[in-house]
Amino acid sequence: MIIRGDEPEQVRLIKKLYKPGNYFMQGDEAVSYGAIFAGCRFYAGYPITPASEIAEAMARELPKVSGYYLQMEDEIGSIAAVVGASWTGLKSMTATSGPGFSLMQENLGYAVMTETPLVLVDVQRSGPSTGQATKGAQGDFFQARWGTHGDHPIIAVSPTSGQDAFWETIRAFNIAERLRTPVVILFDGVLAHTREFVRIPDIGEVEITYRKLPKNEEEARLPFGDPHGDGVPPMPLFGHGYFTHVTGSTHKENGLRDVYTPEVHDRLVRRIHRKIEQNRHVYEKYEEHFTEDAEILVVSWGVTARPSLGAVLRAREEGIKAGLFVPKTVHPFPGERMRELGKRVRAILVPEMNLGQMILEVERYVNDDVLLKGVNRIGGVPLTVEEILREIRGVA
Amino acid sequence: MPEIYSKYPLIKYLRKEALPTALCPGCGGGTVLNAFANAVDGLKLDPRELVVVSGIGCSAWIASPYFLADTLHTTHGRAIAFATGVKVGLPDKKVVVISGDGDLAGIGGNHLIHAARRNIDITVILVNNFIYGMTGGQLAPTTPFGAKTTTSPYRNIEHPLQISETVSAAGASYVARWTTAHVYQLIESIKKALTVKGFSLVEVISQCPVQFGRRNRMKEPAEMLRWFLRNSVPLAKAKKMKPEELEGRFVIGEFVNRERPEFTEELNRLIDEVQEHFGLKEV
Repeated sequence: MIIRGDEPEQVRLIKKLYKPGNYFMQGDEAVSYGAIFAGCRFYAGYPITPASEIAEAMARELPKVSGYYLQMEDEIGSIAAVVGASWTGLKSMTATSGPGFSLMQENLGYAVMTETPLVLVDVQRSGPSTGQATKGAQGDFFQARWGTHGDHPIIAVSPTSGQDAFWETIRAFNIAERLRTPVVILFDGVLAHTREFVRIPDIGEVEITYRKLPKNEEEARLPFGDPHGDGVPPMPLFGHGYFTHVTGSTHKENGLRDVYTPEVHDRLVRRIHRKIEQNRHVYEKYEEHFTEDAEILVVSWGVTARPSLGAVLRAREEGIKAGLFVPKTVHPFPGERMRELGKRVRAILVPEMNLGQMILEVERYVNDDVLLKGVNRIGGVPLTVEEILREIRGVA
Repeated sequence: MPEIYSKYPLIKYLRKEALPTALCPGCGGGTVLNAFANAVDGLKLDPRELVVVSGIGCSAWIASPYFLADTLHTTHGRAIAFATGVKVGLPDKKVVVISGDGDLAGIGGNHLIHAARRNIDITVILVNNFIYGMTGGQLAPTTPFGAKTTTSPYRNIEHPLQISETVSAAGASYVARWTTAHVYQLIESIKKALTVKGFSLVEVISQCPVQFGRRNRMKEPAEMLRWFLRNSVPLAKAKKMKPEELEGRFVIGEFVNRERPEFTEELNRLIDEVQEHFGLKEV
């Protein structure tokens, strides 16, 4: 039985279980409720700080809505089970942190190659290696982008609060389903463990998307074709008598392996890239504050976007024309908008909880005559309004 | 499709456009594919009721793509973990993993043990040819003590993993080991494994004359089959033998056949209980 999340029985269960209102909860819980509202009915994971609360919430809530929680033997097996479940039609998710994210990279690439919709939450913590296991960080920006091997596109979103985590998780599922692709949520240990008010809406307010299914036998015979020209093939799910063949090896449109013909590989990998490139409208998202007349632009993401906004507001009070640009979908990076904004300002500051990662993406889109400076903090303590404000004053 | 396949009575179970197979002449993989097709035919299973999952390596190619069912050809070692997700999503289908020793017991050994412990209703046909064949004949965790491989060019100083014994101890519902020289017993065991509720393993000792036999004085496939027959010891007899007498022998037969609670049934029962407890059932 396929569960989309918006059928009457599911709506009845959600309405009975989750009364709309403001709830005091951790960011990790907000991700979990977002997933359940989006229709996620399969979760496989392995305990890891600071992502364990997602597993705990899913273990507690999923059975109530006829969903499945599995605790696997490791992170590699977790994402493997998620891919397997997705091919049966279940909206599926796993959550982990840096070390587990590293272990999942091979099968994340498998999901890209086999065009398997899934959501992977990486609750970033301080690394490298075991690092400061209980402390938040933003050090996985490029692990999300280039962690798996080979040419591949990836979509990653990054929430900036508990409330945002709820909605961004729903958005991540909708993108994954719409484009038949894995979507990474770059969350972090600070927001994951911060308790704040999150408004749980009525299920009727939530847009729920389900993957494209084959309309007929002919479409089902080409699980990796492009019958509609949007780069997204319909997904012939297992268990429907289609005799679908799925492989991470280079394959033809019918799914059968062909690792010898250069054109077959070229066609497949370019189409997977084109699918993401030509559907930018599905996933591109950013926020702007005071960018119309800004002379100093702060570009930030995730948890650091919050003190960045505080600093920009304070700078404005002081008469400094500061603005803020927050990519919400961080991969693919909103480069065109960055380029436009970069032409209008004389300085750009990039605060993040790492030694300078997203700044490298910013750098690709701005001219040399703009002063570009990172505001970096590692050690597990978030940047403060004061620290960012000091940097804004420094370039004002 | 080559002429030879038109005479094969079970051709309807194969994906014709993928034939001929890429397996070497004399490989035991063909015997395993044939035994599996015979078991499916014997049980009158509709292939639409099957999902076959495999990992990486020669043995992973036996059913993916050659068997005509939904087939999932996954990453190295992870077939059972992928199959776990498939089985939870499709509890009424038969989920089968066909892959090799290096794949399932080497890199993927942890998933094998834990799937047996969980007793999830997956049938694993593990083709044990003692070698990493596809990569050119390197030492495997199943390579016999003293055997020569490209990465143990003098002799193997490690002892092989006893796969069936390990999986039996881990909690599987059904475990059997046969060789490719015991085809009828193999078919019967695959049939039982497909029927048993719970985790089932059929370990098939299989010949790789190209990568293993050639370096161990058994260049011809038939020599390897004779080696299997000469060294096979039925389980009942093996129980009376000392460990040193069993060194280098293949213990064959049914190791376990028992009823234990199955994972997906338990999972669905749990969902019922939880919904009952919270008053979520429609009245």
